[in-house]
Amino acid sequence: MILAWIASLSAPQAPAQTPPAPPPDYPEHPPAPAEQVARGEQIFRSNCSFCHGSDARGGETGPNLVRDEVVLRDQQGELIAPIVQNGLPARGMPKLALAAGDIADIAAWLHSQPLSDRGSPSNLDILVGNAKEGEAYFTGAGRCTQCHSATGDLAGVGSRYEPKTIQNLIVSGGGGRGRRRSAGGAPVKASPPTTVTVTLRSGQRVQGELDHLSAFIVALRAPDGTYKSFARHDSIPKVVVTNPRQWHIDRLPQWRDADIHNLTAYLVTLK
Amino acid sequence: MIKTRTLLLLIPFCLANGPLVGQGLDPRLLTKPATNAWPTYAGDYSQRRYSTLRQIDQSNVRHLTLAWVRRLTAGPDAGDGGWFGPPPGPPAIVGGVAQEPVNIPGSTSGSPRLSGSILQVNGILYVSSADNAWAIDALDGHVLWHYWWKSRGGTHIGNRGMAMYGDWLYFETPDDYLVSLDAKTGQERWHKEIADFSQQYFSTMAPVVIGDHVLVGTGDDLDAPGFLQSFDPRTGDLQWKFYTVPMNPGDPGLETWASLDAARHGGAQVWIPGSYDPATQTYIFGTGNPTPAYTAQLRAPRDTHTNLYTCSIVAVNVNTGKLAWYFQTSPNDTHDWDATQAPVLFDGMFGGKSRKMVMQASRNGYFFVLDRTTGEHLLTAKYSDAANWAEAVNAKGQPVRNAAKDNTVAGSLASPDNGGATNWNPPSYDPRTGLLHVVMREVYAMYYLTDTDPRRLVGLGGSEQEVVGSLGTSIVAIDYQTGKRAWKYPLAGGYGSGLLTTAGGLLFANDGAGSLVAFGLRGRRPPTPLWHAQIGSIENAPETYTVDGRQYVLVTAEGAVWAFSLQ
Repeated sequence: MILAWIASLSAPQAPAQTPPAPPPDYPEHPPAPAEQVARGEQIFRSNCSFCHGSDARGGETGPNLVRDEVVLRDQQGELIAPIVQNGLPARGMPKLALAAGDIADIAAWLHSQPLSDRGSPSNLDILVGNAKEGEAYFTGAGRCTQCHSATGDLAGVGSRYEPKTIQNLIVSGGGGRGRRRSAGGAPVKASPPTTVTVTLRSGQRVQGELDHLSAFIVALRAPDGTYKSFARHDSIPKVVVTNPRQWHIDRLPQWRDADIHNLTAYLVTLK
Repeated sequence: MIKTRTLLLLIPFCLANGPLVGQGLDPRLLTKPATNAWPTYAGDYSQRRYSTLRQIDQSNVRHLTLAWVRRLTAGPDAGDGGWFGPPPGPPAIVGGVAQEPVNIPGSTSGSPRLSGSILQVNGILYVSSADNAWAIDALDGHVLWHYWWKSRGGTHIGNRGMAMYGDWLYFETPDDYLVSLDAKTGQERWHKEIADFSQQYFSTMAPVVIGDHVLVGTGDDLDAPGFLQSFDPRTGDLQWKFYTVPMNPGDPGLETWASLDAARHGGAQVWIPGSYDPATQTYIFGTGNPTPAYTAQLRAPRDTHTNLYTCSIVAVNVNTGKLAWYFQTSPNDTHDWDATQAPVLFDGMFGGKSRKMVMQASRNGYFFVLDRTTGEHLLTAKYSDAANWAEAVNAKGQPVRNAAKDNTVAGSLASPDNGGATNWNPPSYDPRTGLLHVVMREVYAMYYLTDTDPRRLVGLGGSEQEVVGSLGTSIVAIDYQTGKRAWKYPLAGGYGSGLLTTAGGLLFANDGAGSLVAFGLRGRRPPTPLWHAQIGSIENAPETYTVDGRQYVLVTAEGAVWAFSLQ
C-alpha cells in the first residue's frame, strides 16, 4: 500500500483559485501619484543611495530605511525632513540640503516599497542536485523502485509539475497539508485515503476509509459509502490503521537533503 | 515518587500598598496553589497548572457532566438573542480609539476565539478574546457584562486573557492598548497605548499582576524591538520598560549583534506571560525569535553573534525591571524558535541537591532545566525525536544550529515545522511524579529561502515552507531529572491546546479530535483515558477551581465556555 502518489501525480487539474486577499492588518500609506513616486526614487538615488542602497534596504554605511521606525511613522515626509535637513551626526548621517518638497517625494517613494514578502513563494531555481546520482539513488539505495517506476507511474512527471512540487512530493508521498502552498504547476491531487480495519468481538472485520479516531470511538466510511462508527473500550474492538504514506512517514527522520535534491534533479528529467 | 516541596508556600506575599479587598481579588491568592479561584493566567505564579483539588478523581470522573455552557458573541451587537435566541444579554460597553472600527470577524461580530485563560474570582468568571471581555456568573454561565473595544486593526491572532488587581481588570488589545476595567461593572477605567502601531506591534499577552505592577508584553512580526513593560495598576503610568534587545551603544549584549541597527530591529518579542518567583522577586519569561527571522546573514554573520536576548529565558527584578539572568535556548536562531513557552517554576532534587528550578519545553524541540535563582544551566534534552535543526549541544547546554538545515534555495527538510514542537499551549507539571506534561508535534517541513539578498528579508519574510509529513502529535511526560520521556501518548492528529493535572490523579487534555478528555495518571506508565466530552475545537487550556464547595473543570471550544462538574 505504498502507491500513494501514483494517482496523485497522474492527473493535472485546473489551477486552484486564489482566495481573496484579506484586508490589511495595519493602515497602509495611501498611494501617491506615480510621477511623485518616480521623482522621489530619482532624488533618493542621487542623494541617499550611496549610503542606504539603491533600494533603501541598507548599504555599506546606512541602515535599511524601509523598515525604519521613523519611516514607518512618517506620513508625507514630515518626520523624515528634520533628519535629512539636520543630519544625525552621532550616527554619521550628514545633513542634506533638500527642500521639503523633495523630501516629501522621497517619502512617497519609500512608502511605496513593499515591507515584507511574508508568505510569498520562492521563484528561485531549486535544482542543485545531480540527476545521475538521483537516478542511482532511485534504483539503488533509495529503493524507490519497490513501488515506483520511471516508465510507469512516474513517466512524464517532469513535465507535469514544477521541480519544487516534485521535491515536496518525494518527501511527503503526496497530499501534504502545506501552510504555504507552492505556486505554479498543477495542483496536487489528494493521495489515497488512510484506511482502517476494525475487528469486532464477534470476529467480524469491517474495513473502510478512516473518518474519525479517538480513544473512545473509531469511525469509517465503507466502500459502499456507508458511515459506521464503533465505541472503543480499551483494546476492543481491534483497530488497525493503514496509512498509504507510511513508508514516506517512516522515511522522514532518515532523509539526507542531498538525496532529496538529487532525486528531484532526476525526476524532473522524466519528461 | 519524588518528594517536592511546594514552591508556592515559601513566601507569604506582602503588598506595601495593597489594594482594598472587597469583592475583588485578594492578592494573597496569587501565591497559593489555585483551589477556590483561578486568579491569574496559569492559576498561580509558578505556571505549573497543577491543582491540589481532589473532589474529582479517578474513581468518580466518569460521573463528570456538563454544568452549563455559554456561547459568546463578539462585537457591539452581542446582546441580541434574535427571535428564538436566548434573552438578550447586556448591551456591550463600547471603548476604543478608532473612529470607524475595522471589521474583523470574531472581534466585531460572530464567534470569538477564546484561546486565553479565564479568571475565576469570588464566583465570577472573567473571559476575554481579541477586543472583547465578559464577566460571567460561574454558577450558571449567564453574562453580567460585556465590554467591546473598537479596533483600529492589527494582527488579531488571539488574546491570552486578563489580569486582576483588587476590583480592577487589565487586558491588551491587538491594536496595542492596555485597558483597565472595573470588574464590578465592566466600565472602562482607562486605556494606555503600550506599543507603536505603525511598527506593526500587536498585543495578545495576558498581563500579569505582581504586587503593584502590571506586567505587559507585546508581539511584532516586522523588524521591531521587543520589550516588557510594567504599569501602575492604579493609574496606568509606566513604571519601567525592559528592552529584550540592545537599543543603545554600550548596552549589554550588543557584542552579540552584527550592528546596533541590527539589534534595534532584532525582535525578541514577549507574547506569553511569564512566571514569578516571590523569593527572589524575579519575573521569569521567554522571548521570541530574532528578526529578520529566516536569515542570520546581516544580524549574526559570526558564531559569536548569538543575538541576545532573542529566544531566551529571561529573569528580571519585578521592582526595577533590571536583568537578573538569562539563558538562550536557540542562539542565532533561523527558524522562528520562540522561547516563549511557559517557564515552569518548581522545587525538587537535582543531582542529589535540593534546588529551586525553572524548566521549559521549548518550541525548538529541546527541554531545559535551570536554577531559577542564578540562571545556572542544569540540563538540556531533546524531547522531540523529530527535531533535526541542531547538530550538537554546546558546553553551555544550548543546541547548536546546523546551518545546512536553514532555509536554503534548494530546500532543507527540517523539523519542527514553523508551529514548533510545542507552542503557546500551556504545559502542566505534576509535582507528585516530577513529570512535565507537554503537547508535542513532530512535523517536518521543506524550508525554502525565497530571496538571496538578505537586505530584502524583513520580519517573517523570505521563507516558503511546505509541510511534508509528520510523526504525529502526542502528549509527552518529561522527567525533569533526566530530560527523558516517561511516556508518550499519541493523539489522533490534532494539536492539543494545553494541559491541566490535578491531585485527583487526572490529566485534562484536548485529544485533538474534538474531545476534552480526562486521563487517569499512572505514575510513569502511559495514562488511561477515563472520560471525555465531544465539544468541538477546543481553544484553551482546561482550568479547575471550586465555587460553593463544588469543583468545576472549565474549558472553551468554538466560541463557547464549557463548565463541567460532578452531579
